[in-house]
Amino acid sequence: MTTEFKINARPVRVDVPEDTPLLWVIRDDLGYTGTKFGCGIGLCGACTVHVNGRATRSCITPVKDVANSVVTTIEGLAENGHPLLETWVEAQTPQCGYCQPGQIMQAAAMLRDFPNPTDEQINQVMSGNFCRCMAYVRIREAIRMAAQRMQAGSGRPQEADHA
Amino acid sequence: MSKRWYIAIAVLAVIAGGLALAVWEPAIPAADEASRQDFSPGQVERGKVLAGIGNCGTCHTVSPDKPFAGGVEFPSPFGSLYSTNISPHPQDGIGRWPREAFVRAMREGVSREGSHLYPAFPFTHFKNITDEDLDALYAYFMTREPVAYTPPQNDLSFPFNLRFLQWGWKLLFFDPDPWQPDPERGEQWNRGAYLAKGLGHCSACHTPRNFMQAEKKDRAYAGALVDNWYATALDESQPVPVHWDRESLYEYLREGTSRFQGVAVGSMGEVVHRGLRLAPDSDIRALATYTESLSGGRNNGNSRQIAAETITAAQQRARSEYSPGEELYVAACAACHYNDPQDPLAVRAELSLNSAVTADDPTNLLRVVMEGVGTGAGTPTLVMPGFSTLSDENLVALADFLRERSNLPPWKNLRKRIGELRELHRQSQPSATGKAGEQP
Repeated sequence: MTTEFKINARPVRVDVPEDTPLLWVIRDDLGYTGTKFGCGIGLCGACTVHVNGRATRSCITPVKDVANSVVTTIEGLAENGHPLLETWVEAQTPQCGYCQPGQIMQAAAMLRDFPNPTDEQINQVMSGNFCRCMAYVRIREAIRMAAQRMQAGSGRPQEADHA
Repeated sequence: MSKRWYIAIAVLAVIAGGLALAVWEPAIPAADEASRQDFSPGQVERGKVLAGIGNCGTCHTVSPDKPFAGGVEFPSPFGSLYSTNISPHPQDGIGRWPREAFVRAMREGVSREGSHLYPAFPFTHFKNITDEDLDALYAYFMTREPVAYTPPQNDLSFPFNLRFLQWGWKLLFFDPDPWQPDPERGEQWNRGAYLAKGLGHCSACHTPRNFMQAEKKDRAYAGALVDNWYATALDESQPVPVHWDRESLYEYLREGTSRFQGVAVGSMGEVVHRGLRLAPDSDIRALATYTESLSGGRNNGNSRQIAAETITAAQQRARSEYSPGEELYVAACAACHYNDPQDPLAVRAELSLNSAVTADDPTNLLRVVMEGVGTGAGTPTLVMPGFSTLSDENLVALADFLRERSNLPPWKNLRKRIGELRELHRQSQPSATGKAGEQP
């Protein structure tokens, strides 16, 4: 079964069974290994990517559901540049780093819906992205810094991953 | 035999003969295929829009390569019915049905050959369609591609397999007189009522049915489970905290998304995203106006305020000790579904307001959680993955939590329902091949 979609602004066509998880296609067939496998049942957030600009857990999303959609991974976010990528380093957020691509993708999607999030909003939206190193405080800090920068207009990301 | 017996037999024979005469409908002679040429392009185009409003394709198409060729199964307590081929194929379809036969089928539920049709075909609604609209529909169907396909035979138990008994059903439950506009109401309401009661046959799904499968007139639009989706209540009993008004109904029917009540998935997703797609805006507004009136004006124009109060209360209710259901909600749901009470976003379907959570029946919530929502349903371009990997125990915990969070009693018999829906989901899947399901 052939499925066509765009990933990080590049059109791709994959020939895999339609119920193959998007995560496997992204990593194994398309070679974007920035996105990580965590729990495999959509409960930890490590595999978060954007589908048409919205955060989606790719380990339980069948590839057929992204036909003709626009998928963005951490590599795509890096290509376009995003304030979160800078503040993540400035706040010294990562520890082991494994959950970070998912955290950043979830945070980038959140900043669209909540451009100036309160701590409460960050906690509510980000609590589904687990970090076993317990870097939560610095994750929140990096998100706040990015939001401030985007509010100030100096670091507005390109909206390249909308359908 | 005594004289009295002869008289009794004669009387019975007369009654039987009289009944047979009443039940019997004549066949309408088959038309020449050549007679279907004179349709104007405008008429065919109008018919296409109308067939969408009637959502004919959903019930009469089993796969996209056989449009309108029938074969869709309709399970009932009495066995299964299969929709018929309504493509203009001369043998398998309605290609040799003259207009008169088409109109009789739509308005009286009688086939060209004279047999009574089962009320799964909503002639009980289609009787309200005007001559002009029926002509356009006839023109549309007669100009489709003829599809050679014979749907499976109906599989009904005795005596329901006897079509002539439908005459009795009609006697009991079918009023052949068409609906009349209400002069007290405005033009838009009347247009909406005409579409909803006729071609749109909205109450066919949204009204519970009695044991003989007739709509319960006294419970119109009270909500019903049809084809394993729950058609939500639209009457004054509607349990959504923010009641439907014409604006939310317009957004929902036009785009598939309403800000406070949820998105169109399942059968209703097909109605919105396939059926109503071509309908003009004026008709969608008319349907919204009529549908709003079904609740008797329960929306007082304070949607935002009620939404804010409901969401705030739900968030406070959830801030107690974490339960297993709440842990699942935090891990799996909140990232996409958390909202600012003052400004809930349509793309972040707010679960304390959502019709799937607040409905009396758990089917819609369970199916969406287990099966997800693809880009073709709900809000276009938005994907929700299915969480069928959650155990039955986890699904029960999550559903119980969402109900509690909305200050509603838990649903009953959840485990049994989850088992049934898992089985249904399994059957609808393509045979598992390749690597899906294995660990990477």
